[in-house]
Amino acid sequence: MSRISGVLEALKSKGRKALIPFITAGDPHPKHTVGLMHALVEAGADVLELGVPFSDPMADGPVIQLACERALVHHTSLRQCIAMVAEFRQRDTKTPVVLMGYLNPIEAMGLENFAKTAHAAGVDGVLVVDLAVEEAPEFSPTLAKAGLDCIFLIAPTSPAARIEAAAKLASGYLYYVSLKGVTGAANLDVDSVAAKVAEIRGITGIPVVVGFGIRDAASASAVSAVSDGVIVGSALVSEIERNQAHPERLPELLKAKLAPMRMAMDRL
Amino acid sequence: MKTPDYSAFPDDRGHFGPYGGRFVSETLMEPLRRLEEAYARLKNDPAFLAELDDDLKHYVGRPSPLYHAKRLTKAWGGAQVWLKREDLNHTGAHKINNTVGQALLAKHLGKTRIIAETGAGQHGVASATIAARLGLKCVVYMGIEDVERQSPNVFRMKLLGAEVVPVTSGTKTLKDALNEAMRDWVTNVDDTFYVIGTVAGPHPYPMLVRDFNSVVGREVIRQSKEQMGRLPDLLTACVGGGSNAIGLFHPMLPFPEVRMVGVEAGGDGIETGRHAAPLSAGKPGVLHGNRTYVMADDDGQIIGTHSVSAGLDYPGVGPEHAWLKDAGRVEYTAVTDDEALAAFHELAHAEGILPALESSHALAYAKKVAPGMAADRHIVVNLSGRGDKDIFTIAKREGISLT
Repeated sequence: MSRISGVLEALKSKGRKALIPFITAGDPHPKHTVGLMHALVEAGADVLELGVPFSDPMADGPVIQLACERALVHHTSLRQCIAMVAEFRQRDTKTPVVLMGYLNPIEAMGLENFAKTAHAAGVDGVLVVDLAVEEAPEFSPTLAKAGLDCIFLIAPTSPAARIEAAAKLASGYLYYVSLKGVTGAANLDVDSVAAKVAEIRGITGIPVVVGFGIRDAASASAVSAVSDGVIVGSALVSEIERNQAHPERLPELLKAKLAPMRMAMDRL
Repeated sequence: MKTPDYSAFPDDRGHFGPYGGRFVSETLMEPLRRLEEAYARLKNDPAFLAELDDDLKHYVGRPSPLYHAKRLTKAWGGAQVWLKREDLNHTGAHKINNTVGQALLAKHLGKTRIIAETGAGQHGVASATIAARLGLKCVVYMGIEDVERQSPNVFRMKLLGAEVVPVTSGTKTLKDALNEAMRDWVTNVDDTFYVIGTVAGPHPYPMLVRDFNSVVGREVIRQSKEQMGRLPDLLTACVGGGSNAIGLFHPMLPFPEVRMVGVEAGGDGIETGRHAAPLSAGKPGVLHGNRTYVMADDDGQIIGTHSVSAGLDYPGVGPEHAWLKDAGRVEYTAVTDDEALAAFHELAHAEGILPALESSHALAYAKKVAPGMAADRHIVVNLSGRGDKDIFTIAKREGISLT
């Protein structure tokens, strides 16, 4: 069983929900990323999503676009992101790490090379935002062969046939995009999330975690009540943006943002 | 070698060989499939086609002339030079052929709002124009750098009732405008139709935009038979995303006697790295929803481009061009900013036509090859747009004050 599935099953058996924070690697500077990853785990993260910066983050809102730009000032590359995971693994062998990004940097590195290198460094899963199932018939088996989970997005617009196709290629978890929009949007509707998650659960047994628009303890708690967990990205990345001049404060600030979500979710 | 059936591409998954496809976030996959389905139905619907033809004739002003540039031919001393006068279309460029078609699709799909990205502003103006005519709300995304260098077109769009949103992310040019339009679309996908201006983006856009622009090549087939007595020997067109080029080339792909050359923006020169020529100096990658040639660094990050012409200042290119390049059916080359400007002035003086800086690239290429061709050979240059929008850029570059 993969590290991701192990963690999610253990949570489920205890009736708990997964808290999955996202930060962009290299933001505000590559030297801070590993420290921030450890801080997020201390604040209660079950899985970490590490964003791989891309010059053209088409699916992201302004907060994560700017994070990419900050990281790219320091030329944070996919290879460096993988090296950060290797460094993180020196102190943490339990917390799964998922790389989330766009296809072009992976193709530039070479798919097989990427999969092998990432797995050797301790990466557990990969989510490519601009790679839907139709274009993934080679991608997903290559990842699986290297021992990586392939995470797919499901959207409010995904009909049953697409959910089935994604479930066939996916492992680890499915990432349900809670709304029509970009990351960091504010129009979250918990009832419609609940209905769609129920539809997905009727199709597949893979855990369904929900992201986009989760910004505080209340939204984390409400959404995790109807799913297997939540992903929190822009809310944390905004904190980094606001305090980029004081990177030494960031570990504590991120913990202060994440810990109340953990508490609210555990009260369920 | 057997000529492939070019009309059979893209395949049913939107691929041109290894290129094309649909690389977007999941939210857009189903809307794209629905668009593909609607287009498959409407493109054979006599009522839709009649409406489109009527618009092209009475609103756009088609057919556009195929003009024999006799003084230019004499000056260059070689092949006969013909200009396909897309600059004479309503709004002054080929872009309107596509926006008229896509806006009709939007209307048939019941959408009330259209969005567009624009570089030089020609596609933005063409979108704003058709939106006004159909009573649709229109939002145009434009890199702030382009807003500054194409201010006349920005004002034209506003006069037509469109909202122009300056884009300040990334390199602040066309590619970033496209990212921003995608973000709008993913947010407002229920009531909004995204009118993509070039033969790039996710399937079915490269096919849609090609089909709507192919009226250019179909007219040239008919006109050259009438005016030259046969098909031309050489077609040339500028290539940014590549919509005017594919429009001219596509209908003539099955005729091996017709040579075709796409001309990219060489900027300061390919060797300087300051250019916008992915087919000449890029490599395959994935950008803006399709696999194609892109300009990227070793880490896979898309890199900044440079061209005097905003409409060619783009790091990718339509996937069909990528495929035609690999197949060897179309050749691609680049000319520099300086060469394009020289061609601009030459056409103005020889024929009394101010060409767009984009189209001036194709002219500059024709100037290089015409003298080496016999006088009974025929070159058709796609004069894709008029140059009025560029007079401020040219004045600034040449140190002339217009105020």
